[in-house]
Amino acid sequence: MIKIIVEDNQGIQKPVEIPEGINLNLMEVLKASGYDILATCGGMALCATCQVEVMHGLECLPPAHDQEMDMLDILPDANASSRLACQLRVTENMDGAIFRLKTNR
Amino acid sequence: MSDQDNTITTDICIVGTGPVGLFAVFEAGLLKMRCHLIDALTQVGGQLSEIYPHKPIYDIPGYPQIMGQELVDKLMEQISPFHPGFTLGERVETIIQNDDGSLLITTNELTEVHCQVLLIAGGLGCFEPRKPSIDRLADFEGKGVTYMVRNPELFRDRNVVIAGGGDSALDWTLFLSDVAAKVTLVHRGDTFRGVPDSAEKVFELAKIGKIDLILQSHVTALNGVGHLQEVTILANDQSITKLSVDYFIPLFGLSPKLGPIADWGLDVIQSAITVNPVDYSTNIERVYAVGDINTYPGKLKLILCGFHEAALMMQSAFKYVYPDQKLSFKYTTVYGVTAF
Repeated sequence: MIKIIVEDNQGIQKPVEIPEGINLNLMEVLKASGYDILATCGGMALCATCQVEVMHGLECLPPAHDQEMDMLDILPDANASSRLACQLRVTENMDGAIFRLKTNR
Repeated sequence: MSDQDNTITTDICIVGTGPVGLFAVFEAGLLKMRCHLIDALTQVGGQLSEIYPHKPIYDIPGYPQIMGQELVDKLMEQISPFHPGFTLGERVETIIQNDDGSLLITTNELTEVHCQVLLIAGGLGCFEPRKPSIDRLADFEGKGVTYMVRNPELFRDRNVVIAGGGDSALDWTLFLSDVAAKVTLVHRGDTFRGVPDSAEKVFELAKIGKIDLILQSHVTALNGVGHLQEVTILANDQSITKLSVDYFIPLFGLSPKLGPIADWGLDVIQSAITVNPVDYSTNIERVYAVGDINTYPGKLKLILCGFHEAALMMQSAFKYVYPDQKLSFKYTTVYGVTAF
């Protein structure tokens, strides 16, 4: 199991367990786990409604590709720890990471 | 039907010219129903043409791989026998239902479409400016806060603060530096990923004092009586600067939003229109929604599902266009495609 911690918009942290080998991105996992994420664009790094702040484990994640970087760069509330959940494939590297959801509407 | 006239009469008005909206014309045509399509973008194809024209799609039946734009071109060819009308670059603002049930659709450019049925195939909705969360931002919209530069002359000899780090923030900073009395660009980072040439020019103008460049900072508050007069800028080192301004232009890109569709009285859940999966009808009679913009139990946002929805929806819409006729289902293989 890959174990991550998710902090919701109210600041409540909860563990989320994901089976290894699952072919999903973090946005899909968060939606399936019942988190209120719009994900309007369906995972194409276009809407930024799945923006997360990586509070722990940022260095273990693969670097953002151009499209994600371009989007993060124009967001008003992004910082150096921001990522788009739809661009993060869930792998063992993510184990132990802590993500804070951003309320982008 | 004419593209020039401001008043159009048709059987079915389709909002959205993405692949699903286009294919709906074919399904309507088989049932001898005429269509007029409206799209906020200036070209047909929706997301396919606007966002990924050169990306391959792998799940269109019969095509192991097809490029977005190629699919749009083929759909346009497929629906050409039915001569649909198009109003492009206009956004539908209002729907009025007449006493006889027919509908009057009006765009922001005051184009009017009289139709028996409205089909919303709006995909992600309209792309609208992304707004930063700053207190009282909405209070000053139209009173000093603007999200796009329509008429640069508005800013002549005025003090302007632009926020953002993308291409449009850079481009408008450069452009308005020759128009405004003073342009200040506020960016939360210290580098720009935009076109290197534009970024270089912005740094140069800042160096010679033609613009002010405030990096690693955010606009956090707006003040003014009646009209915007002052912005507060918080730097990453927590220092605060207050600037007197006439205009604040936040440029943080575009984000897909439902737009005016949200105000039409439709049942909407999480930016999607709730439909009856039997025929994709909405809670308003004669108004249907297909493709990415609708939702129902088991919904999949796939082009091929949108095609299926369009076929079923047109069968259901037939009764409004031809109330006195009985619908008989016919295969194109047997009867062919009869143009009109």
